[in-house]
Amino acid sequence: MYAQMVTPETNGDESSPELAQFQARIDAGDTIEARDWMPEGYRKTLIRQISQHAHSEIVGQLPEANWITRAPTLRRKAILLAKVQDEAGHGLYLYGAAETLGVSREQLVNDLLTGKAKYSSIFNYPTLNWADIGVIGWLVDGAAIMNQIPLCRCSYGPYARAMIRICKEESFHQRQGFEIMTVMARGTPAQRNMAQDALNRWWWPSLMMFGPPDSQSPHTAESARWKIKLLTNDQLRQRFIDQTAPQADYLGLSIPDPDLKRNEETEHYEFGEIDWSEFYNVIRGNGPCNTQRLRTRRQAHTDGAWVREAAIAYAQKRAKNSK
Amino acid sequence: MTDWPLWEIFIRSQNGLSHKHVGSLHAADAKMAIENARDVYARRNEGISIWVVRSTDLYASDPSDKETFFDPAKNKIYRHPTFYTVPPEVKHL
Ligand SMILES: [Fe+2]
Ligand SMILES: [Fe+2]
Ligand SMILES: [Fe+2]
Repeated sequence: MYAQMVTPETNGDESSPELAQFQARIDAGDTIEARDWMPEGYRKTLIRQISQHAHSEIVGQLPEANWITRAPTLRRKAILLAKVQDEAGHGLYLYGAAETLGVSREQLVNDLLTGKAKYSSIFNYPTLNWADIGVIGWLVDGAAIMNQIPLCRCSYGPYARAMIRICKEESFHQRQGFEIMTVMARGTPAQRNMAQDALNRWWWPSLMMFGPPDSQSPHTAESARWKIKLLTNDQLRQRFIDQTAPQADYLGLSIPDPDLKRNEETEHYEFGEIDWSEFYNVIRGNGPCNTQRLRTRRQAHTDGAWVREAAIAYAQKRAKNSK
Repeated sequence: MTDWPLWEIFIRSQNGLSHKHVGSLHAADAKMAIENARDVYARRNEGISIWVVRSTDLYASDPSDKETFFDPAKNKIYRHPTFYTVPPEVKHL
């Protein structure tokens, strides 16, 4: 979901003894570590998946950072700052995990800035007002947690351990969002309307975070066999809806889906058709904010160049003086 | 006396866990440090993987800076989920 469109590599040499042993280790619940033998397909797919996830954490700071200076109270401002700071940290943990697979940080950053690498479609939507900050914490971080909890048990050690750290930190993100929603949903009629409007705009894009339907993701099997994807897109989406719909009821807000209803027999919610053309359009770069997000990242990278150079120069000078 | 350098030893105790510092020892080179670490720190199957790092390659935070360095995180209690009250009827938050 943060890695929505990972096309796994397949293995050329399907029958090598190393490959059989590798698969046996995974089937036995062993964790694969950086120096262990692994097939190229596994390595490449993981690099793609972990780096898409990392890029999403980094770009994901932008829509929320938009409201830091305009947070309604000092308390909210401190909380939002702390959350955005966490997201930067999540990006760093994940870049670090990807680097254990032999790719360089420079390459990863480059792939993001040139538009070669993907990040989650959700961060290409604008944050129009303060209620959006509430909805993002509640729904977007909620969906992120839903996706990330199973990954704490994935087969690649450095990725699994990064996920454990991240999941611990995400919990406050979702709660602070829900708190904002609670306050607004119980506030003045104008505040209520803002909360409902934000939910209306973010609901469907949040469902798209889990990626295309299983029928359109033909490579899930490979990733499942490797245990780098533990639940399918549709399974995760269903769980998310089942958990979130009652929360919306508590807030007294209505989810913008006339077909949403609980099936008492299956104990799951049924829901309406998702507009996948919108999703593919955003993924292809045509969402409301794609251009702006990449422009902002590139600008930040260029503006930071002198800092990176100065730090190296200073370190060199210190090393020379201490000789 | 020995000229062997000091090494810091890190052991992964179990499948999936990260390496943890367990202590240090002297050895002539990395290979010897790993072998000795097995005999000194993993005689009872305490580990499945060992990392060794020359002690001189390890940099540490300054103990006398401890307060100024770490205290700023103390009053940011809103970084913890327990800072927020979740109504009992709301599940999965
Ligand atoms: Fe995050
Ligand atoms: Fe995340
Ligand atoms: Fe988050």
